[in-house]
Amino acid sequence: MIDIWALSTILLLACFIGYFVVWGVSPALHSPLMSVSNAISGIVIIGALITAGVPYDGLSKNLGLFAVFLASINIFGGFAVSQRMLLMFKKKKKTNEEKE
Amino acid sequence: MTNNILMSAYLISTILFILSIRSLAHPETARKGNVLGIIGMLIAVLATLFSPYVSDYLSVLFVILLGGAIGSFFALRVKMTALPQMIAAFNGLGGLSSVCISLAEIVAGSDMLLENALGLIIGAIAFSGSFVAFAKLQGILPPKSIVFPLQNFFNFILTIFAICLCAYFVIGKDINIFYALALLSLILGLLLVLPIGGADMPVIISVLNAYSGWAAVGIGFSVNNILLIIVGSIVGASGAILSYIMTKAMNRSLLNVMFGGLGKNNHASNVNDSLQKTPKSIMPQDAAYLMENAHKIIIVPGYGMAVAQAQHILKTMVDDLHKKFDVEVKFAIHPVAGRMPGHMNVLLAEANVPYEDVFEMNDINREFSTADVAFVIGANDVTNPIAKTDASSPIYGMPILEVEKAKTVFFVKRSLASGYSGVENPLFFADNTFMIYGDAKKVTEDIVSVLERD
Repeated sequence: MIDIWALSTILLLACFIGYFVVWGVSPALHSPLMSVSNAISGIVIIGALITAGVPYDGLSKNLGLFAVFLASINIFGGFAVSQRMLLMFKKKKKTNEEKE
Repeated sequence: MTNNILMSAYLISTILFILSIRSLAHPETARKGNVLGIIGMLIAVLATLFSPYVSDYLSVLFVILLGGAIGSFFALRVKMTALPQMIAAFNGLGGLSSVCISLAEIVAGSDMLLENALGLIIGAIAFSGSFVAFAKLQGILPPKSIVFPLQNFFNFILTIFAICLCAYFVIGKDINIFYALALLSLILGLLLVLPIGGADMPVIISVLNAYSGWAAVGIGFSVNNILLIIVGSIVGASGAILSYIMTKAMNRSLLNVMFGGLGKNNHASNVNDSLQKTPKSIMPQDAAYLMENAHKIIIVPGYGMAVAQAQHILKTMVDDLHKKFDVEVKFAIHPVAGRMPGHMNVLLAEANVPYEDVFEMNDINREFSTADVAFVIGANDVTNPIAKTDASSPIYGMPILEVEKAKTVFFVKRSLASGYSGVENPLFFADNTFMIYGDAKKVTEDIVSVLERD
């Protein structure tokens, strides 16, 4: 068990990291930022796995399994659509040909 | 010992997630960033699966694969114009996932009452709010702002009620109160997004994005997990910053966007004397002749381009102008163009426009004075000079793309109708403005057929 003050300190520091890292993102990539952060927010799957991974059956386990299912959609879908988007962002190819 | 391994695995994936967002600073490194995120997620999930907390693998692996297949299927099939609603849908599922976890924790007898309640409330609002946003973007619900009398007052009462229920649950530990709280939060989410109209969607999508992050933080507190707290707060910060950038680009406050749905529709009836004039219009063919003799053209795309799916033919037009007539062509993007942050950039990238040719508002605004033609396609409010001059206008103070400084301005539009804000654009009647009436795709096709005439 980690005490609530330690967790709150971590939360505060993480907010600062988030603030600075996100401001650095190029505005052109704000859509991929949304889908990547969407996929990353699927990290709740960790919590879901812990509730779903118990060896006995019950309402709690089933809710946990459903949460794992939803978070997986989020993770796979989010990363897949980000990859699709990012593959589209291309540099100019013909710069060299044009110079010649 | 196993705990040490688990914790170091979480630490590594935390670092990978931070680097993943960091890599989005530039299109060059962004693809690598996405891969880093995937690796981070893989490490976190594997470490948890092998930890002593999880002892039933079969059912867990089955639902992961099932969810993964469904998510990948939709992600690989979705059209880029439908991206905003898909992001909204995924956001909603993330929120629902948090709701399920907090319910499961409480059912299992967790003592973290307040933490679970917070995870539940935020997750439920994210879920039902995203659901409404999805329905609006998909056209299931009318995209216009849906308002009823005393809406804000009603929402306020509900919020107070939710806070009371939350406190009551924390004191009394009655699980039925927890269910009631879940229901109430779902209703709150619906009511918060219903009044949001089409062009305000980029803001609300960002807000919902932030919610799904903060819900993860709530779950992190309830299951005592540092990784969830750190990652959740980074996602929360990302959504919050995006909402800030979007509202700033409309010169509005977040409160105004979320609760100001009322009243603004009245402005459309405000007919001005100058509007009795008729604007000049031009045929696409004539516009094509003008453009091929230009030296520099700046294209301003808006949501109308996305609706008409005109980005591909637009790219053909740009290529023809560049290769056959040696015209310099650039794109100018307003931060709130489209229905989600960065929407236009993705659509242009999809049409193979290199990202070096696409410029942000502040980087290109001074270049309009050196441009021969500003080609505005499917945009309106973001070019309206009223925003700089008329303090009584609802869009006053909104930064705009200064297309009026170009020698000639073309507006590709279906009609003379005002934009989302309901404010007339005086630029339509300016001496150097020509309207090209018609569907964005059709008009561009006509222009291309002239450019490729031989």
